[in-house]
Amino acid sequence: MKKRLLSGILAGSLLASSGGALAQTEVQFWHAFTGRLGELVAEQIETFNSSQSEYKVVGSHKGNYSETLNAGIAAFRAKEQPHILMVFEVGTATMMGAKGAVKPVYNVMSDAGADFNPDDYIGSVKGYYTTTDGKMLSLPFNSSTPVLWVNEDALKAAGIDPEIDLSTWSQVGSVLDTLKKSGHECPLTTAWQSWIHLENLSAYHNVPFATQDNGFAGLDTELAMNGPLQVKHLQAMGDWAKDGKFVYKGRRNEGGADFRAGACALFTESSAGYAGIKKEAQFEFSVRPLPYWDGVEGAPQNTIIGGASLWIMEGHESEEYKGAAAFLNFLSSTDIQSKWHQDTGYLPITAAAGDKTKADGFYIDNPGTDIAVIQMTAKAPTANSKGLRLGSFDQIRGILDEELESIWSGDKTAQEAMDSAVERGNKLLRRFEQANN
Amino acid sequence: MEKRVTFRGLTLPLLLVLPQILISGVFFFYPAGQAIWQSLFIPDPFGLSSQYVGLGNFEFLLSDEYYRASFITTAVFSILVTLVCMLPALLLALLADRLIKGAGTYRTLLIWPYAVAPAVAGVLWLFMFNTRVGVISWYLGQLGYDWNHVLNDKEAMGLVVVASAWGRISYNFLFFFAALQAVPKSVVEAAAIDGARFWQRTFSIVLPLISPTMFFLLVVNVVYSFFETFGVIHTITSGGPQQATTILVYKVFADGFIGQDLGSSAAQSVILLFVVGALTVIQFKFVEKRVHY
Repeated sequence: MKKRLLSGILAGSLLASSGGALAQTEVQFWHAFTGRLGELVAEQIETFNSSQSEYKVVGSHKGNYSETLNAGIAAFRAKEQPHILMVFEVGTATMMGAKGAVKPVYNVMSDAGADFNPDDYIGSVKGYYTTTDGKMLSLPFNSSTPVLWVNEDALKAAGIDPEIDLSTWSQVGSVLDTLKKSGHECPLTTAWQSWIHLENLSAYHNVPFATQDNGFAGLDTELAMNGPLQVKHLQAMGDWAKDGKFVYKGRRNEGGADFRAGACALFTESSAGYAGIKKEAQFEFSVRPLPYWDGVEGAPQNTIIGGASLWIMEGHESEEYKGAAAFLNFLSSTDIQSKWHQDTGYLPITAAAGDKTKADGFYIDNPGTDIAVIQMTAKAPTANSKGLRLGSFDQIRGILDEELESIWSGDKTAQEAMDSAVERGNKLLRRFEQANN
Repeated sequence: MEKRVTFRGLTLPLLLVLPQILISGVFFFYPAGQAIWQSLFIPDPFGLSSQYVGLGNFEFLLSDEYYRASFITTAVFSILVTLVCMLPALLLALLADRLIKGAGTYRTLLIWPYAVAPAVAGVLWLFMFNTRVGVISWYLGQLGYDWNHVLNDKEAMGLVVVASAWGRISYNFLFFFAALQAVPKSVVEAAAIDGARFWQRTFSIVLPLISPTMFFLLVVNVVYSFFETFGVIHTITSGGPQQATTILVYKVFADGFIGQDLGSSAAQSVILLFVVGALTVIQFKFVEKRVHY
């Protein structure tokens, strides 16, 4: 009875508010989040809508990242595009190439006369989505970076000090030896192999993944991940795979289930894996910075992000763009950002939000949650560690997945696999260049 | 001898075939024409600009050794899927045909898997063979076999073949069963009286009599394995490990809908159209000669 009364009141107030909302300008926002993340996005939208009366943001879930991008593209072709579209980092070059379909965020902000200071945003987070001269094209929404997750109980069981230093891959290598000798069946596994063991590896050691500043400086970019550092790392991983010290579980984050179940001791995965690991792990775990190879000049540089950003689509009224600008500003505001960062484990997009989280004591209560932030912000990003901007990048990642699998299964050496990946990927880059000229 | 009923005038016959022509036009000829047209261009995903490249997309594809390798993968996959969905179905139908009691229940149970969508079937099989929690991979582990379709190409191929064929066995069973029921009992009984055993009767009388059905199923299953299996591949292997399960239709889907390369995707679907067309012609020209109606 009580429930019914409550919902009656709710419905009544909804009707009342929609009655008064006739003059409101609607802003469509298409995103890719379900489950807990979907709820949190809905909450952000609700908070924004009730904080003012001029604009009303309407959020719609459009499937996973690829599906959301496809939905946006199809809608644009049918002239039904939303105002705000969530696009994963891999689709950045596709969106940038679509001149006439997207309106850069810095334009939206200046046209709307909104208060917008690009310097408030964390360099290594926004860098992925800015032009070479620092103009913001899309607003970073959810960003994470890879870290090393450690099952401390597994280390103890193998007689290893759980506090052991795992900063470098050489140190990780000797821990893997000990784990293997003690009979552990899955000393190390990974999620998102190309993102972590190639894209981030390159940025972290300040070596190029592709020429032309990883594609930021022009479409005539060529892949460069067959360099000595990448080959050295992948060969080490390949040797570990042969000895059963590194166990490959799949192209996406399949390894996560194994780690959370306690089957794997070390796990390289996004910092955003935090929520799931905290919820499911029945063992002591800790977060460490992503390991690097010692003796490499400049290492560790900073890691790069993965995740999605918000793009503003062309073809709408200026009043609606003002609403979109207000919503983006709202998302960037310190309270909303620090809450998002603490709820999800995604990185804060502004320095102020990071500072507030620290002041709230969140990092003390949740040890390790600041590792990703430190790892991203310790050094100013270089041309090699700003991010990647490659056309057909989803397909290139597919090629890298295939070639990496050939290393793990021992069919190819790391050098052979990466040479082949470069050759195959360059064909796609030339094709993308041709289509976008 | 031949009796022929003819229509007077053209209006009625044209009206009668019109629905079929309309449906074929809207759902087959129009999209196929579009695909052929699009395969001559490299468009950007948003449809803002489009470059005419002539046969450039085809050159790009056919000069790619990985694309050519996918023809072999597709051939292996299709042959295996067709065999795996036809032979068990035929065997089950032969057995069901001999049943006297409970035939209805048996039949209904056998038809169930057909109701499961390919992508869902893919997830089910993936779950059973999951390298950590899968029931079957666990039993294999107990037997000392280390199942890992994530890196082993043959195991991956086996898994997608079984997952693709499984639901299809029901469909084939239905047709085989209906065909077997239509085999005149008198002929079979006469053979039995002459002393032919069950398998002799099956091979020399029953199978030749149901050969039209077998031929129909052969064509339909080959087309199925070429076109409708990408859901299973997508959910189980995404074409991996390496390119072990990247069949042509999966590449059409992946390049077009994940990679946003619509020109290449259109060219691939045109190539696929010709491959399947050629296969069907071959089947009708050579295999059908052995079929007795």
